[in-house]
Amino acid sequence: MRKPVKALLFFILPFGLLFTAFYLVPIGYAIKQSLYKVERTGTFGPAREVFGGLEQYQRVLENGPFWESIGRVLLFGVVQVPIMLGLALVLALLLDSGLVKGRRFFRLAFFVPYAVPGVVAAIMWGFLYSPNLSPFTTVTSNVDLLSADLVLWAMANVVTWVYVGYNMLIIYSALLAVPTEVYEAARIDGAGQFRTAWSIKIPLVMPAIVLTTVFSIIGTLQLLAEPQVFRTFSSAVSSTYTPNLTVYSTSSIPNFNLAAAFSVVLALATCALSFAFLKMTQRRGGEQ
Amino acid sequence: MRNRILPMLIMGAGTLYFLVPIWWLLVGASKTRGQFSSTEPLWFADFALFDNLGELFAYREGVFLRWLANSLAYTGGAALLGTLLAAMCGYALAKYRFPGREAIFNVVLSGVLVPATALALPLFLIFSSFEATNTFWSVFLPSLVNPFGVYLARIYATASVPDELLEAARLDGSGEIRTFFQVSSKLMFPALVTIFLFHFVAVWNNFLLPLIMLGEERLFPVTLGLYSWNTQVNQAPELRMLVLVGALVSIVPLVIAFLLLQRFWRNGLGAGAVK
Repeated sequence: MRKPVKALLFFILPFGLLFTAFYLVPIGYAIKQSLYKVERTGTFGPAREVFGGLEQYQRVLENGPFWESIGRVLLFGVVQVPIMLGLALVLALLLDSGLVKGRRFFRLAFFVPYAVPGVVAAIMWGFLYSPNLSPFTTVTSNVDLLSADLVLWAMANVVTWVYVGYNMLIIYSALLAVPTEVYEAARIDGAGQFRTAWSIKIPLVMPAIVLTTVFSIIGTLQLLAEPQVFRTFSSAVSSTYTPNLTVYSTSSIPNFNLAAAFSVVLALATCALSFAFLKMTQRRGGEQ
Repeated sequence: MRNRILPMLIMGAGTLYFLVPIWWLLVGASKTRGQFSSTEPLWFADFALFDNLGELFAYREGVFLRWLANSLAYTGGAALLGTLLAAMCGYALAKYRFPGREAIFNVVLSGVLVPATALALPLFLIFSSFEATNTFWSVFLPSLVNPFGVYLARIYATASVPDELLEAARLDGSGEIRTFFQVSSKLMFPALVTIFLFHFVAVWNNFLLPLIMLGEERLFPVTLGLYSWNTQVNQAPELRMLVLVGALVSIVPLVIAFLLLQRFWRNGLGAGAVK
C-alpha cells in the first residue's frame, strides 16, 4: 500500500507543531535558563546573562524553604490522596453494589463540586472557614481552621471536596465495564457483597485506581491555586508554602534563572514519583 | 432491609458534604449585604439575588461580564479546536503504522506529567521576547495543547474504528482525510465529547497561566478576576458580596455543560482507565 504521507502530515502536524511550540520549546528554554545567571559589573552596572553551569541548582539544593515546601506537599499527598481515593472507591463500590437507590442523583450530586474551579472552591471554603461567616460556627469558633497547624488540612479538605466525585466517576465507569457474569459466578460461590467488592471488584478496577493515583500525585505536587487564595485568608500561608508558589514568587522577584531551576527540579521530581509509582504497581501486578 | 441502611447513610452523608457548601453559596448570594452575616447562613432571608446579580454585572462598567465572555472564549475556543487537533493526532497514531509512531506517542504522553509551572514560566519569557504577553493569544494558544486528549483519542480510535471500515472506504475511493471527517470522527463522537469536557474543565480552571501572562484586567478569565477581587476584600469590603455572587455565576456554565452532556461523560469517562 502506498503510504498516505500527506494525510498523516495533515493529522499529526497541527498538534505536533503546537505541542513543540508550547511544550517542548518551553521545557528546553527552562533548562537553558536554569544554566545561566545574571551578572552585574559593580553595584549599578548593567546586568548581563552569563553561563553559570549548575550554579542555580546548587542554590536550589541549598534553599531551605523550597525543600520544606516539597516536604509539606509530600505530607499533604501521603494523607490526602489515600483519603480522597478511599472515599471515591467506597462511594463507587456502593453505587455499583445495588444496595443504593437513586444512583443517578448521587452520581450527579457527588460530581457537582468538580464543576467548581479550584480558585472558586478555595474562595468558598475560605469563607466557610472564617469564624464570622461560617455556618459551622460551633466548629469555627472553637478551632481556628486557618491557623498554621491546621491550614494545610483545611486546604486538603478543599481538594478532597472538589475531586472525590471525579475520581469516583472514573472508578465507577471502570466497574460498569466489568461483565456481570463475573459477579454471577461469585454469587453462586456464596460470596457476599463485601467479599465480592474486596476480592473481585477492587482488583479488576486496579488500573483505574492507579491512573487516578498518578493524576493525584501530579496534582498534589502542583498545588498552587488553593494556597495562593488562602494567603488572603490566613497569614500562615507563606509565599513559599508549596513548590509552585516558590517558583511563582521567585519569578516575580524577578529571578527567572533560579525559578527555572526550581521548575526543572520540580518537573523531574514529579516524573520520578509518577514513574516510581507506576513501576511499583506494575511489578506487584506481575507477581500475581 | 437492614443491610441497606448503612449504605444509604453513607450516601446521605456524602450528599451533605458535597452539596451543603454549594447550597450555602446559593443562599448567601440571594441575601442582602446586611443580612449575609446576620441571618441563618443556611436558609434564605429577603430574596435579593437579582439585585445582587444586577450589581455584579454593573460593577465597574460590567467588568465581570467581560471576564465571563473571556472565559467562554478562552475555554470554548481552546476546547473545541484542541479536541479536534488531539483527535486527529490520536487517530493517526492509532490507525496508521509509520516509523516513529511509538516515539511520538511516548513524547506526547510524557507531556501529561510535566507540571504547569514548568511550562507557564518559560512560556511567559518566550512570549515576552515577542512582546506578546498580556494578550488574548498568550493564554489561548498554549491552552490548545492537550496531550491527555491525544492519549484518550488513540485509545478510543483503536476501540471504535474498525480497520475493515477504513479499507472499505479506501476501495470506494474515499481519501484518508475525507474518511476521517465523514466516517471515523462520527464513530469516535461520544469519546470526543469526553475529551472536549475534560479539556473544557482544564482550561476553565486554569489559573496559573493567566496569572502569569495577563496584567490587564480586561483580558482576565473569570477565575483570575474573582481571585483579584478576593485579594482586595480587606480594603474594599463591598467586594465580598460580589465575590460570592460571582462565584455562583462562574459555576453555572460548567454545571449546564455537565447536565447537557451527561449521557456522554457518564459512560465515556472510564474508557481511558479500563484499557
